[in-house]
Amino acid sequence: MTDELDALKAALRAGPAPDATAKVDAIALAMKNFDSEQNARQGSADATRPSQDRPDEAGVLTGVWNMLKGFTGKQALAVTTSVAALCVALVVVDQSGPGPVVVPKTVVDAVPSTGGTVAPAPEPEATIAPAPRADATTPQAPDAGGVTAPVQNADATGTEAPTPSAADPAPAPGPLAKAPAEPAKPDVAEVAPARDQATETPMGGAKVDAEAKQKTSPTSPAQTTSNDLAAEPEADFARNEAAAPVAASPLARSRKAAPAMGIAEGYADAVLSEAPILDDTYTPPADNTEAFANAPTNPVKVTAEEPVSTFSIDVDTASYAVVRNSLNSGQLPPPEAVRIEEMVNYFPYSYAAPKADDAPFKASVTVMQTPWNAGTELVHIGLQGELPAIDDRPPLNLVFLIDTSGSMNEPSKLPLLKQSLSLLLAQLRPEDEVAIVAYAGSAGQVLKPTKAADKAAILGALDRLDAGGSTAGAEGLALAYRVAEKMGGEGQVSRILLATDGDFNVGIDDPEGLTAYIAKKRETGVYLSVLGFGRGNLDDATMQALAQNGNGTAAYIDTLQEARKTLVDQLTGALFPIANDVKIQVEWNPATVAEYRLIGYETRALRREDFNNDRVDAGEIGAGHTVTAIYEVTPVGSPALKNDPLRYGASAPAVEDQAASGQAGVGELGFLRLRYKEPGQDTSKLIESPIVEGDTKPGDDVRFGVAMAGFGQLLTGATYLGDWGWDQAIDLAVGARGDDPYGYRVEAVNLMRLAKSLAK
Amino acid sequence: MLMDTSDETLASAAAGGDRDAFASLLGRHYDRVFGLAYRLTGSRAEAQDLAQDICAALPAKLRGWRGDARLTTWLYRVVVNAAHDLRRRQATRSRVSAGWGDWEIARQDQIAEDRAAMGWLTEAMTRLSPELRDTVALVLGEDMTQADVGVVLGVSEGTIAWRMSEVKKRLRAIAAEEAL
Repeated sequence: MTDELDALKAALRAGPAPDATAKVDAIALAMKNFDSEQNARQGSADATRPSQDRPDEAGVLTGVWNMLKGFTGKQALAVTTSVAALCVALVVVDQSGPGPVVVPKTVVDAVPSTGGTVAPAPEPEATIAPAPRADATTPQAPDAGGVTAPVQNADATGTEAPTPSAADPAPAPGPLAKAPAEPAKPDVAEVAPARDQATETPMGGAKVDAEAKQKTSPTSPAQTTSNDLAAEPEADFARNEAAAPVAASPLARSRKAAPAMGIAEGYADAVLSEAPILDDTYTPPADNTEAFANAPTNPVKVTAEEPVSTFSIDVDTASYAVVRNSLNSGQLPPPEAVRIEEMVNYFPYSYAAPKADDAPFKASVTVMQTPWNAGTELVHIGLQGELPAIDDRPPLNLVFLIDTSGSMNEPSKLPLLKQSLSLLLAQLRPEDEVAIVAYAGSAGQVLKPTKAADKAAILGALDRLDAGGSTAGAEGLALAYRVAEKMGGEGQVSRILLATDGDFNVGIDDPEGLTAYIAKKRETGVYLSVLGFGRGNLDDATMQALAQNGNGTAAYIDTLQEARKTLVDQLTGALFPIANDVKIQVEWNPATVAEYRLIGYETRALRREDFNNDRVDAGEIGAGHTVTAIYEVTPVGSPALKNDPLRYGASAPAVEDQAASGQAGVGELGFLRLRYKEPGQDTSKLIESPIVEGDTKPGDDVRFGVAMAGFGQLLTGATYLGDWGWDQAIDLAVGARGDDPYGYRVEAVNLMRLAKSLAK
Repeated sequence: MLMDTSDETLASAAAGGDRDAFASLLGRHYDRVFGLAYRLTGSRAEAQDLAQDICAALPAKLRGWRGDARLTTWLYRVVVNAAHDLRRRQATRSRVSAGWGDWEIARQDQIAEDRAAMGWLTEAMTRLSPELRDTVALVLGEDMTQADVGVVLGVSEGTIAWRMSEVKKRLRAIAAEEAL
């Protein structure tokens, strides 16, 4: 050995001795992990990472040899070669013609599914999607394969829709021209379907069709770019548009409250640009004109001018819990934190249940005298979801996505979260599966999918979660979706429970991208629910946006009691959806109702035409859930009318006129339409029923709901309440406590008393 | 009793869930792990962290223990892979932190300090490519045969021999520079 090597060897050998304490620590850690490894070993183990970087069969010659081994023989080679030759010939012939190339009929036959559904993208990194019918052994294959139109990465529905109907007879010559350059087409056809985007299964036909129509194939490469660029943003824009009025006012408001996490900002901006008159104070508009359509509180509307009111249901409860948390800490909640519909819907009601073979939920309508206004009536719409037999509920796949960033290190956050989830665990069946993904310093999958029977492992994994470290936003959400998709099985319900204090730095940096990502992932059938913890940087607006887009609910958990209510008492409702995208539309009869006002649901307003548009997302109803919506309506001729009749406008028809003209629904107050989708379906169903003034006395449930609506209005400015104040609200609530087995209503009454004292 | 048992028997027992066997295995080999980690990273602090990471992951890694190699060889492979991972992470981090001026300056200071402390060795080692460094650390630092090193690094014995001759060339070049 040379001197240099000896010197180097001596120097290397003279390395420092290990630090004794570090050694002890490391060994202690190893022993701890050894124990938990042994404990966790009940389930099947993951394969370990290969212990060397290089594959066993590395080497250039090995690779060549493997490749040669793959060749099967002269015949196969002859077939592939002739096929390639055919391709070349085809292209040469086509390109000799002038102008846009029309592919011969024979090719079209092999192509339809590709041409119809796949949008070519200009990006070079776009994935390759083969025609689903491509068959590697037939001579047609290269035709189909030759048209491997690159798929737009994200939203393109890829090979999903095998509908040949949408195939235009002029599919892409661009990709065809490339065919000779890519001789190994059959291979591509084999490989490509394994890619994620290409194989994403759609939820169903209607939507796919719609998208397919948007994405018609271009006729020349030059058009490719413009066509595709146009199609994509358009789709996105449509979605945003739909959401914009929904998210409009409150999110615009909350922007002030939480400027840092501006998921809502996209929406807010859109709204602001449309209605620059937006105002931060909560004085309602003095009159009722279009400019105030996005005003914070739903204004009184004139039936003759705008007879139809459309909104999505909302079963979130977060707002009530936030209000309670504020009041209990001695402060009136900020008005923008109050969403009246969530305060009403916080409480379990028992409306008439649907019959066994009916729709999954039933609407009951009650008309009653308005407590705060002698001249108006309240139309109370209560939806009761069916409670399927709990015994044969489908197996449940839960992914806990847990924020373990440093800010979670407070008693009301991570520790409460752990307790809450262990409460939930007790409710699960042995066959349910739970996985845990944490994001923050210790990002990644903390617990692989584990049967709920193995409680010790799950609790152990929960226990080991530590808050701390930087918020190195790992792709927590993406990972959670991947895990959930893997866990999903036939007939099972997969749901992600995102538990956080509002720090949504989960890997996708830009907030709008996050909502868009979730909206896209919604198509996979995985539900996303959000549990909020702790105050301080709680980002309610973002939570709402995420849960709304992820087909889930947002709940705020401030105490273990609340955790019990959300995750134990109402677990089935929270976890098992029975109807998706439930929308409500009420058409008021101008002959009987002069003015109306929807109490709450400002964040859920939909445009009238969106009611019938199945692509527009709306709220979900869980098993056994109740949803309540309350309208305050002013009958024709009532002294309580807010708006004077128009001098030049068309006057509302009288009841007698309607009767005389033989019009349907004479004397009805209005007509209630509900749309919903069965879980997993893409086409909505319609339920219709007229709203008539009955003489049923409003029950406790209805009156309590009204009391809560009054409470919410008192907290947000009480514009329409007149002299009706805290005392009357408390009296109404006390008188309507009813059964109240869990004491929720008593608690609400006490909160009202507290609020009354604080408001003075 | 345990002191006489071979590494491989201990490892198999530990993989089967024997706590004592695992503890004794750790006691035997921690220094070796740390030593190699030091030679691969060239920094005491990093070696310490790396050794701790390896210890923490060892229970899970043992599941992959098949008993078909010598334990030391297997362990070296674990250490080398961990060091590779660390390098990769550092590469990513330094790329990501291009904008973090302070952090980078602090890191460079640290590097300079380390270099001053270790002098010629570090100087020499940093002039070698990562592959050569790995090879040197194993062949010279651990006194292994070239065949064994080949097994640990997943390359042939001939490759190791070639790498060592390459190392010699580089060292001579360094020496020549110093002589100037």
